[in-house]
Amino acid sequence: MYVYDDYDQRIVDQRVTQFRDQTRRYLDGQLTEEQFLPLRLQNGLYVQRLAPMMRIAVPYGLLNSAQLRKLAHITRHYDKGYAHVTTRQNFQLNWPQLEEVPDILEELANVQMHAIQTSGNCIRNTTSDEFAGVARDEIEDPRPYCEIIRQWSTFHPEFAFLPRKFKIAVCGSLEDRATIHSHDIGVELVPNEEGVIGFKVLAGGGLGRTPMIASVITEWIEKRHLLTYLEAILRVYNLHGRRDNKFKARIKILVKAMGVEAFREAVEKEWLTLKDGPSTLPEDAIEQAKSFFTDPAYETIDGSSAEAALAAQAERDPIFGNWLKRNTVEHRIPGYQAVTLSLKRTGDAPGDVSDRQLELIADLADKYSFGQARTTHQQNMVLADVRQQDLYALWQELQAAGLATANIGYLTDIIACPGGDYCSLANAKSLPVAEAIQARFDDLDYIYDLGPLELNISGCMNACGHHHIGQIGILGVDKKGEEFYQVSLGGNQYKDASLGKILGPSFKQDDMPEVIEKILSTYVDLRTEEESFLDTYKRVGITPFKERVYAKAD
Amino acid sequence: MPKLIKGAEIVNDERWKAPQPDAETVSEGVICTLAQWQALDDKAGSAVQLEPGDDVHSLLPHLQEIELIAVNFPVFTDGRGFSYARELRENGYQGELRAVGAFIRDQLHYLSRVGFDAFQLEDESQLEAAIKSLEDFSVHYQASISHPLPLFRRRS
Ligand code: SF4
Repeated sequence: MYVYDDYDQRIVDQRVTQFRDQTRRYLDGQLTEEQFLPLRLQNGLYVQRLAPMMRIAVPYGLLNSAQLRKLAHITRHYDKGYAHVTTRQNFQLNWPQLEEVPDILEELANVQMHAIQTSGNCIRNTTSDEFAGVARDEIEDPRPYCEIIRQWSTFHPEFAFLPRKFKIAVCGSLEDRATIHSHDIGVELVPNEEGVIGFKVLAGGGLGRTPMIASVITEWIEKRHLLTYLEAILRVYNLHGRRDNKFKARIKILVKAMGVEAFREAVEKEWLTLKDGPSTLPEDAIEQAKSFFTDPAYETIDGSSAEAALAAQAERDPIFGNWLKRNTVEHRIPGYQAVTLSLKRTGDAPGDVSDRQLELIADLADKYSFGQARTTHQQNMVLADVRQQDLYALWQELQAAGLATANIGYLTDIIACPGGDYCSLANAKSLPVAEAIQARFDDLDYIYDLGPLELNISGCMNACGHHHIGQIGILGVDKKGEEFYQVSLGGNQYKDASLGKILGPSFKQDDMPEVIEKILSTYVDLRTEEESFLDTYKRVGITPFKERVYAKAD
Repeated sequence: MPKLIKGAEIVNDERWKAPQPDAETVSEGVICTLAQWQALDDKAGSAVQLEPGDDVHSLLPHLQEIELIAVNFPVFTDGRGFSYARELRENGYQGELRAVGAFIRDQLHYLSRVGFDAFQLEDESQLEAAIKSLEDFSVHYQASISHPLPLFRRRS
């Protein structure tokens, strides 16, 4: 993974000094509330319902064990002993003290971490595929480019006061595990007709109040043009994005208003002045970035005998076998497997992880996965490089720590934002709904029978829980001061991305498990043998679901 | 007489007065609005102030003649001025580029990086302290007007 040199270290250290001074001036009354606002936001700090909330950046979801231990320490010492994995692969603390935030930042800087631009109207943490570097369907590892984008976007002087927040995701595989279609900019590593790998660049995707699927701005550019092309898009947005209405300020609105053609033209025109300029990436800069993401010291393992041994273990212990099937994926190196640690145990808020669990994950990473771990946008964690022969032992340790719920990719692997329990923008709570659904569908055989299914919950229109791209999406709405939930069906986050369609009038919290039950039973009744939930939905449309859910009780 | 930060010092601006948008003719020593400036027959030695939303491109053919371009920040969170500055410098503007308005000292470092070389803060009592903010960071990742070589070119 990327390791700081003196330059990187100086940048985060100077940031701590700067923010310490800003916090002092704010507390002394030299900075007004309004002036301090964007400064603290760009250091990850925002004030919420109960306390300040702080977001810590995990660039493209990659962490080492020392960083995990530091996070455990921070949650214990400055917070209440747990952290929350967000849908941008970051960590969030729910209870820090404003006065202590400079100290937290200093602790983070000591392990090459920060909270830079995790909030505010600037370029946010770049996200990527949690299986980057190990996935079998990878065209090229996206992480070197994520790191190049991270550095470029960190304190970019031109783009620190954009009309609105700005999110970039990079994907380097056949399947899109980084939801690039719902980002302000999506970058995809693709070959051109001659087979040379470059970038396809999309813009104008987003969730929130006006969800949109991103449009292709360029089908292919050479790698060296990555940053100048991004700058051209950002500049067009910075100059022309709406600033009069917060709800119309995202780039998706600009792309829509201008039309993709005109937007592309404006970008290409701006690009002419930037192209081949100083931000052009020389080959050695790309090579340097790549040098941080070389293979760890994999052993040469006889894949087929390792597989056979694993199959035998799975047969002997079906609970292990089940976990193996659901929570691990194949690896491009024979004899290895990538493991997802489920942060979706019923009773725990989706994505929450305790200080002790963080420490255990650090230990397990050291023991089994070259000292590294990852966060996922589905709010789980990953150990990406585990030898197949170690899986059984790893599973036993995960089980003891409550991290082995075998539900990855299934109904109860719910994505949920913090919602009304923590977030001051919320219309409704999300966590109790997630828990009620998890409790209602606790029969693993039933959820496996349903097949892979994504259920996403957001507490308001801001869509932090990505409800639009959940196959089942739940959105908290306010109806005359009461909390209600709107359900949508048919969202899809992958390459053929689509947005969910609203089922109909919203429901009370208590009714939600029943509503989900009806949706699921409609699917079970209508599906053909091979069909997933999404397949059936696409074939039969929304009407049968609607009829069942809103049918009058006899 | 407004006070400015220029070249990391506080100076009095004896040369230019703030724009008078309603004046029919612009007197000597007064900064033009963009509309007034466009109406000038002779743009040599002129001074113009851009507001958010103004089109920078009309200035580009005259960059060698203009003496001062001021960019107004009516609210500090409107970041369009950062792009104006960079575009002007990228297109070869060498004269004074002055930030005016409601920007705050914590933005000085970014402002100087995109090409501003003069800063007229609304609150003059802040000037002394603000000079320090110019030096908030000694290393930068990306190319900018003040430091054209991005870090990746200096590293490799
Ligand atoms: S979706 Fe709304 S309620 Fe949920 S975290 Fe985001 S802003 Fe808060």
